Amino acid sequence: MSAILSAQKLSVRFGGVLAVKDVSFDVQAGEVFTLIGPNGAGKTTVFNLISRIYHPTTGTIDYTGPSGTLRLTDHAAHEVAALGIARTFQNIELFEFATVLQNLLIGRHTQRRSNLWQDLLFTGRVRTAELEAREKVEEVIEFLELQHYRDTLVAGLPYGVRKVVEMARALCAQPRLILLDEPSSGLNVEETDDMAFWIQDICQELGVTILMVEHDMSLVSKVSDRVLAMNQGEVLAMGTAREVQNDPGVIEAYLGSVSDVASLRRPVALKGTGTGKTTGADR
Amino acid sequence: MRFIFKTDYDQDIRLAKHEGARFWYSALVVALLLAPWVLPEYWLAQLTFVLIYSIAGLGLMLLAGFTGLFSLGHAAFLGVGAYTEAVLTNAGVPFPIAIVGAASLSAAVGWVVGLPALRVRGIYLGMATLAFGFIVEEGLARWDSVTGGNSGLQVKAPSISGWALSTATEFYALCLLITILATLGVLNLLRSPTGRAFVAIRDSEVSAQSMGIHLAHYKTLSFALSAALAGIAGALYAHKLQFISPDQFSILQSIDLLLMIVIGGLGSVHGAFLGATFLIAMPQVIAILKDYLPASIGQAPGLQSVIYGAVLVSFVLFEPMGLHGRWLKVRTYLQSFPFYRKGMFKRQKSFQKSDRLR
Repeated sequence: MSAILSAQKLSVRFGGVLAVKDVSFDVQAGEVFTLIGPNGAGKTTVFNLISRIYHPTTGTIDYTGPSGTLRLTDHAAHEVAALGIARTFQNIELFEFATVLQNLLIGRHTQRRSNLWQDLLFTGRVRTAELEAREKVEEVIEFLELQHYRDTLVAGLPYGVRKVVEMARALCAQPRLILLDEPSSGLNVEETDDMAFWIQDICQELGVTILMVEHDMSLVSKVSDRVLAMNQGEVLAMGTAREVQNDPGVIEAYLGSVSDVASLRRPVALKGTGTGKTTGADR
Repeated sequence: MRFIFKTDYDQDIRLAKHEGARFWYSALVVALLLAPWVLPEYWLAQLTFVLIYSIAGLGLMLLAGFTGLFSLGHAAFLGVGAYTEAVLTNAGVPFPIAIVGAASLSAAVGWVVGLPALRVRGIYLGMATLAFGFIVEEGLARWDSVTGGNSGLQVKAPSISGWALSTATEFYALCLLITILATLGVLNLLRSPTGRAFVAIRDSEVSAQSMGIHLAHYKTLSFALSAALAGIAGALYAHKLQFISPDQFSILQSIDLLLMIVIGGLGSVHGAFLGATFLIAMPQVIAILKDYLPASIGQAPGLQSVIYGAVLVSFVLFEPMGLHGRWLKVRTYLQSFPFYRKGMFKRQKSFQKSDRLR
């Protein structure tokens, strides 16, 4: 296996806040790599660095595409998709007043082959390209079972379906690496199970590498090959889901340290001490 | 109720989605072709204006309705087109070249105006375009040697290889032809990758960017195309009036254009035509009404502005989707009779939209 994406010493500063601090990691081709961490850990910021919405203060990101390794941090945000990196958003950024089908066709934008004048005249070339795009889109629709919603406006769809549509739109770009920002947030148990199933399918059947941010640990341990835990912009631990979950640093970040726990413990009445009353002095 | 059975992907690409649409749009074209023989000259002139405003409306619709960028200075593009056409025609340039010139110059100006749109949006873009409108109006008034300043400019009739289109009917036919071509162009654009990129920018810039859409390129393109259509409309407007002066391209004209597409229905091509019809028909209706109203109301100055304002406010309040939205509701009511429900067109409020990256 080779690294498809390699982040070296990424840092990003917003004014006085160091949102991401010296984060380095490699994503291997063909794996499911998950970022976990409490709120404000900088997971989404890492995503935004990769999709070039933010520019790192220091550090670089290298991406190995079909045409060799290139420095992602030298490319503009709109070029990332064409390189083979697609993404979804935590809060769903679909095109609301367009149908599901149109949304997915927009996902095919990187594959467009016509120019403005051909579009204006809708030449044969545009028509052929449109039909081809439609066929690819239909494959994705079938893969994610969206047939029923094909002609519905996104504005009228329930949240769970929108999540799937957004993933479908990312898939339509035919990416080699897909970034999923909290794919299960706002989904019920059943929908989360479906999501886990699809994530595995995307990785194994379509051979797309997945980098995701996720909070649901059962989903994370079910699908991820490797997990990177972050807290306050720094890397805490990296390894399999089980290793990371048992890492003392990670436990501390989520639950607080042993000393913190002790200070939070409520004074408890001890059996058989007579008075049944405890004071601060008992501790 | 019509059920369309889809058996072919081509069906979703075709302009006319079903037999009924094909029939009614053909009927409309036939009716428009027959208009010169049926309508008296005055009404034909009004119809010509409807067509001219429709072209400008199509342009503004592309920009505001489909790309989500509002322009409060669109009359300036109309003005640039009108003056270019006037100067070129008076210099003896044949019509096809003159109108291409008018469209190109307008597009170039639109491209330049589009540049600030990359940085500002919403009300700030409105202010930038408003300022631009004033600059152009002032420029047209001051550049005496070319535009004739405030005293205006006479415009000769258009001529195509020696054949001067001087009668109302000939000019109407020319406008109709250009309107049809412009409409087909816009419809083609909307069903192709370019149009979808515009819609993507309107609905979510951040995800449009992540889908590989170059925001700067498509925003300036939208401005340029919109300005080109306004320029074409301006050129025809100049020929129709045969006399142009800077005050015809003032802020009032810009507001009329914006009013037209909002009342017509933002985000629909039909809206541009319905809005243009409304804009031209309204003064006529008011003029007719005047005779039936008591003199104290009918002859009051500013009656027209009051009615315009009231209509606009009521559209924004009660029918944000404009005339086209109202028509869709009426059609759905008839098609699904008696099963129409009140909330059928109500849109779910979206609470999930992220403002984090804006």
